[in-house]
Amino acid sequence: MSDRLVTELSAALAPDRVRSRPLELTLYRRDASLLEGQPGVVCFPCTTDEVQAAVTIARRHGRSVVPRGSGTGLAGGAVPVGADGAEPVVVVTTKMDAVLEIDEGARVAWVQPGVLNLDLSRDVAHLGLHFAPDPSSQQSCSVGGNVANNSGGPHCLAYGVTSAHVLAVEVVLPDGTLALLGGLDPEPPGYDLRGAFIGSEGTMGIAVRIAVRLSPDPPAVRTILVDFASIETAAATVTGIIAAGLVPAALEMMDSRITAAVEDYVHAGFPRDAAAVLLVEVDGLPAGVEAAAQVVADVAEANGARGVRVAADEAERALLWKGRKSAFGAIARIAPDYYLHDTVVPRTRLVEVLAQVYEIAERHQLLVVNVFHAGDGNLHPLLLFDRRERGVMDRVLAAGAEMIAACVAVGGVLSGEHGIGLEKREHMGLIFSDADLDAQRRLRLAFDPDQSCNPYKVLPSGSRCGDLQSVPAGAWI
Amino acid sequence: MTEPVRTLPGADRALGDFATEVGPSDPVVVVGGRTQWAVGGDPDASAREVRAPAGVVQHEPAEMIVRVRAGTSVAELDAALAEGGQTIALDPPDAERATVGGVLAVGHSGPRRLGWGPVRDSLLEARYVSAGGQLIRAGGPVVKNVSGFDLCRLLVGSLGTLGLLAEVVLRVRPRPPAAVWLRGAPDDPDRLRRALLRPSSILWDGATTWVLLEGHAADVDAEIKALGREFAPVGAPPPLPNGGRWSVAPSALQEAVMGLEPGSFVAEFGVGIVHASTPALARPAHPATATLHRRIKANFDPSGRLNPGRIVA
Ligand SMILES: Cc1cc2nc3c(=O)[nH]c(=O)nc-3n(C[C@H](O)[C@H](O)[C@H](O)COP(=O)(O)OP(=O)(O)OC[C@H]3O[C@@H](n4cnc5c(N)ncnc54)[C@H](O)[C@@H]3O)c2cc1C
Ligand SMILES: Cc1cc2nc3c(=O)[nH]c(=O)nc-3n(C[C@H](O)[C@H](O)[C@H](O)COP(=O)(O)OP(=O)(O)OC[C@H]3O[C@@H](n4cnc5c(N)ncnc54)[C@H](O)[C@@H]3O)c2cc1C
Repeated sequence: MSDRLVTELSAALAPDRVRSRPLELTLYRRDASLLEGQPGVVCFPCTTDEVQAAVTIARRHGRSVVPRGSGTGLAGGAVPVGADGAEPVVVVTTKMDAVLEIDEGARVAWVQPGVLNLDLSRDVAHLGLHFAPDPSSQQSCSVGGNVANNSGGPHCLAYGVTSAHVLAVEVVLPDGTLALLGGLDPEPPGYDLRGAFIGSEGTMGIAVRIAVRLSPDPPAVRTILVDFASIETAAATVTGIIAAGLVPAALEMMDSRITAAVEDYVHAGFPRDAAAVLLVEVDGLPAGVEAAAQVVADVAEANGARGVRVAADEAERALLWKGRKSAFGAIARIAPDYYLHDTVVPRTRLVEVLAQVYEIAERHQLLVVNVFHAGDGNLHPLLLFDRRERGVMDRVLAAGAEMIAACVAVGGVLSGEHGIGLEKREHMGLIFSDADLDAQRRLRLAFDPDQSCNPYKVLPSGSRCGDLQSVPAGAWI
Repeated sequence: MTEPVRTLPGADRALGDFATEVGPSDPVVVVGGRTQWAVGGDPDASAREVRAPAGVVQHEPAEMIVRVRAGTSVAELDAALAEGGQTIALDPPDAERATVGGVLAVGHSGPRRLGWGPVRDSLLEARYVSAGGQLIRAGGPVVKNVSGFDLCRLLVGSLGTLGLLAEVVLRVRPRPPAAVWLRGAPDDPDRLRRALLRPSSILWDGATTWVLLEGHAADVDAEIKALGREFAPVGAPPPLPNGGRWSVAPSALQEAVMGLEPGSFVAEFGVGIVHASTPALARPAHPATATLHRRIKANFDPSGRLNPGRIVA
């Protein structure tokens, strides 16, 4: 790493907020995926000026910039890979963690990107408000990361993903200038740049200030755990609930292996012998909620559910959700490593796709568990393994690729909430033609003509319009 | 349970024909119902007129989506959705004439936006014809999708200057079992917004307030009671003045209309749209934002052939 680059960054930020020693850099080689890169230097700005300075200095030294929030991303979006093999400058926004302003009347908050998702909801809880997007990682992921990935969560079925809850984003563009995208008014002039930026996975600049919409807490909530003897009946119930004209606040499915693991882990009272469980939540005004809960029970019974349990109080409800949100933690009890997929299929194809998922895993001699946002058709097959086993990674990758192909074959897409990142870029051709990808590249190039911001992410190599080589060796699983 | 309402034969051929008609060169302007023709300015006289294909291709109630060609009228789409007990958050003033493509291209949401969200949130997939005459797909036919950059958001409100919409997949919703417009004259319409959980619309003309409540019948009844005797059901909201459409932060709404005659405007509370009799003041974009707008247009339509004359920003 060039000393001049480090010296200049240290002068612009504070020396202790610029790290370049090998051991420190090691911590930023990965996110929560299995991919790995190599940062040249990592810096921790506290202000917009410092982000601008870091971007400008990196650019002057011909270095790419990789934005990073909490590093919980599962698609390798924050894994540092620089253009032309030059190690990039990683800009971590975790120190920009202030809630700047809360307008209770307008139900809007301005926050810095490093604010943790759950902290934001905690900060406004006394006002009867919350931030609706609720990824399972909400204790640790940042709002900036949510914006960059257009993250989802259990409650996005009824309330929409991050994009529906962000009004404006102030961005340090890849050339170091500052731009406000969107606004607090409903129809800002010009193209919807805010919409274009959300989900751009750090390739169009660094979000430094975000105006989010806060939602009122619903007065009535019912959380229902339904127990099934087969995956088919659980999936049929999902379709039946939606077809009955209901849009539950959440509609989550867990298969038998994960249900048992979770039960051993948090003792939420999940039926250990169920083939699948559904966690359904309905909320709103009391009469509608009661009626909806009844519809859920009726549809479940009509489909042969073994049991329907309605949480009696807030404590029981919290326990059920704890079970769902601890699923990933529970997996550690089954196997040391997991590889998580994230695809979306039409809801009505859930049964057949799940059958294929199990078949593919079995054929590759791998254990698969499923815990996912069934209401959205957003599947999360988790392949469990021990990476010390020889040759297992090849099987994991092969099985993963087959699962993606199976989902796409029924009209699905590559990702519902984790993004494409480094992980799935070479799969983009499964759903998009070269011309489609070229259009996406044109949008990216409008923000980042030099492709210096988070290169190699999202778009595959080989599409036209300012080509990139394939990912250099070193970015590896 | 998931039978499509209907499937038009030769669906993809109609799109291909549209792409061929648009072709790779010379100026073109796409015509919808001409109900908002002047938004963004009149097209250059040199531009050749084309029309997007029409027809509801597929409605799957259990998926909460509909595939529809851009030239379909909003009224026809809504009639098809009604058969499956669903509806969509598009409610242009003249639904018989207004087309799905026109509504998306203009990108203005209707007065139910408070409860239903903006038009842009309902677009899941778009097939459009690019400046090069190619058929491009953006997004995907599922309710949740982060596979690649969000071109759908970019296309909504772009007035056909980045691509010509041929076919779209939209997110639809169950029809609310009960819906009622109420009228009253409370002291503070904003307090009312906060008292209700999810009103679908609150309109205010400086003196009178209209509220649209939708949902389960018993809940709607309870909310009507909570509003008090001052509010009475009415058949419809007030007509909206159409001389200007102002967009202001919801918290600045009352200030924005200060000095206007009551009755000369209708403001959407909680949203920030003012339907006024005078045009909105021009709001020049910030230089950095303007640069992005210019680059996007240049990258998508290098020769400036799509809807020439229309200005988005
Ligand atoms: C156990 C577990 C459960 C999860 N559950 C969910 C879930 O339910 N739903 C879901 O959607 N995701 C989930 N995730 C994935 C992940 O938590 C989300 O994608 C999250 O939004 C990432 O936030 P982050 O702050 O960790 O971002 P990072 O991982 O640090 O970065 C993610 C991407 O955002 C970019 N980025 C970060 N900050 C900025 C910024 N300020 N400006 C511009 N770009 C930026 C990065 O370059 C990268 O491309 C889960 C992850 C884990 C480990
Ligand atoms: C005061 C006011 C209130 C409104 N209220 C509502 C409302 O309540 N709900 C609502 O949904 N909308 C509302 N709108 C928006 C308006 O109703 C729609 O924009 C209108 O219906 C456009 O449809 P059209 O087919 O008549 O388009 P046209 O008038 O024919 O065309 C409008 C523009 O769209 C372009 N265009 C048309 N078709 C396409 C296509 N296929 N691809 C690309 N570009 C295309 C045209 O070239 C032109 O630039 C409102 C607008 C105003 C000004």
